Amino acid sequence: MSSVWIIAKRELSGYFTTPIAYVFIVIFLFLNGVFTFYLGSFFERGQADLITFFGFHPWLYLALIPALTMRLWAEERKAGTIELLLTLPVSMFEAVLGKFLATWIFAAIALSLTFPMWLTVNYLGQPDNGVILASYFGSLLMAGAYIAIGSCISALTKNQVIAFVITVVICLIFLLSGFPLVLDFFSGWTPEILVRAISGLSFLTYFDDISKGIIELRDIVYFVSLIIFWLFANAVLIEVKKAD
Amino acid sequence: MAALVEINHLTKRFSFLTAVDDISFGVDKGEVLGFLGPNGAGKSTTMKMITGFLTPDAGKVQIGGVDIVDQAVAVKKRIGYLPEGAPLYPDMTPAAFLHFVGAVRGFSGEELRKRIRDTVDKVHLTSVLEQSIGTLSKGFKRRVGIAQAILHDPEVLILDEPTDGLDPNQKQEVRALIRNMATDKAIILSTHILEEVDAVCNRVIIVADGKIVADGTPSQLEAKSPHHNAVTLVVSDVDQRHVQQQLELLTGVASAQCVVQDNCVHCTVYPANGNPILAAVSGIARERAWNVEELHVQRGRLDDVFRTITTKE
Ligand SMILES: Nc1ncnc2c1ncn2[C@@H]1O[C@H](COP(=O)(O)OP(=O)(O)OP(=O)(O)O)[C@@H](O)[C@H]1O
Ligand SMILES: [Mg+2]
Repeated sequence: MSSVWIIAKRELSGYFTTPIAYVFIVIFLFLNGVFTFYLGSFFERGQADLITFFGFHPWLYLALIPALTMRLWAEERKAGTIELLLTLPVSMFEAVLGKFLATWIFAAIALSLTFPMWLTVNYLGQPDNGVILASYFGSLLMAGAYIAIGSCISALTKNQVIAFVITVVICLIFLLSGFPLVLDFFSGWTPEILVRAISGLSFLTYFDDISKGIIELRDIVYFVSLIIFWLFANAVLIEVKKAD
Repeated sequence: MAALVEINHLTKRFSFLTAVDDISFGVDKGEVLGFLGPNGAGKSTTMKMITGFLTPDAGKVQIGGVDIVDQAVAVKKRIGYLPEGAPLYPDMTPAAFLHFVGAVRGFSGEELRKRIRDTVDKVHLTSVLEQSIGTLSKGFKRRVGIAQAILHDPEVLILDEPTDGLDPNQKQEVRALIRNMATDKAIILSTHILEEVDAVCNRVIIVADGKIVADGTPSQLEAKSPHHNAVTLVVSDVDQRHVQQQLELLTGVASAQCVVQDNCVHCTVYPANGNPILAAVSGIARERAWNVEELHVQRGRLDDVFRTITTKE
């Protein structure tokens, strides 16, 4: 288990030795501000809560998280360091988990830096801080799902740009599959149960509650199983593709 | 008893190409095995399977009797590996990188620091420890790669072209390093520099098209050379045709080639069955009272052998 942590630490410090980390955090905070105060009409709503703030997270993650995950494996494969990493005494599981955790911790750092938002609502009114905390937790959980998808896709190619684009597309599918537009497209010719399965796959279906601070077990189960599934696929993909 | 590293019927295919084709050999402690072969022979692919990076399509690799596929993590602990081209994380410094590798290998605290210090001394990295690896020269990168491979003092050391890109002084140092470590390790190294084999290896395997085509000590392989035990004779003040005729008449001599150069006749005399013919050649020279400028036996060169057995007619 300690190998997971050592790999995660190396990966995490890798974010900070390049400008990626700072650029990411600045853009993340900036967009959060723009979305919440400007698009989300934070002040006009006159409510002391962060529902709009969290409501934008699925879209923010869609654009930003693939930029964090694209390098995870693509870079290792391109530089050949994957050979170094995978001939160290670590299991594939530890390597995959270590990299995933590094990015997740980074996302947690970025998310925690939005605390001024929380201070603001507390200054302006009496929000339910339990709800806000639950929403933070849910948002981080959802970020984990994005990261797991991105990490898996990054194992598919040596090209980071390709990894980025494919990750965005797949995450978009996971987002949109809850949208009526997409469901209508399927409902004409696919069995009802499949349509329901598709809508059941959507991040939005689950995150909707979370952004209001309601976390049900099924939401947690959904995101956790999504993470496990994609990380498992990640490990399998590396095993298959590492030689190329 | 089985050797420390046992390789049995190892095979690897890439779509239609059989890169490694049913290779078997064993390497024991104290052996330094030079792995030779033309480009694309399958050296690196074999090493990737020995170190557990690639999974063989057939056959197996055992280290100390344990199969690397079955118990990958346990076996990888016992191996140090320098992959081809010495891939490294360019954004890290050698210090941070060695710290990372050491930590993954289970060292910490003072023990880890001491190991890093010792290894860095051995490969002369001290001056660049805090510079990012991406900005290091090729030779320094290779040294970081070697440092990483020997940090945990492994029983089995696999080095894919360890001296590639090093300057002549560093080549000598790395060879000395390998020789010094050899007594208690099984070492496999690939190289295209044949003099390196003479300098560090006590065993050679030549592969071509994924198959082993020669296996023996360097001197056994040298004995396969047409030049093995050939005699070089340089005489002055004699007729070239006469010398050649006299030499070819000797028993045990297969042929002689003589050319005139700087007023001297330079002859190479080839033995019939690789048997020593020095006595016969020096005998006739004395008998005919030739003016001998130079007389010596050739050992046979590895590159001749290499060329003969790895080029197809
Ligand atoms: N991932 C791969 N996919 C397809 N073919 C490969 C792959 N890796 C190696 N090969 C092929 O397998 C053969 C053996 O390659 P290998 O790298 O083992 O040769 P080598 O003996 O190390 O050569 P060199 O002396 O040039 O390093 C080559 O023909 C190579 O093109
Ligand atoms: Mg090679």
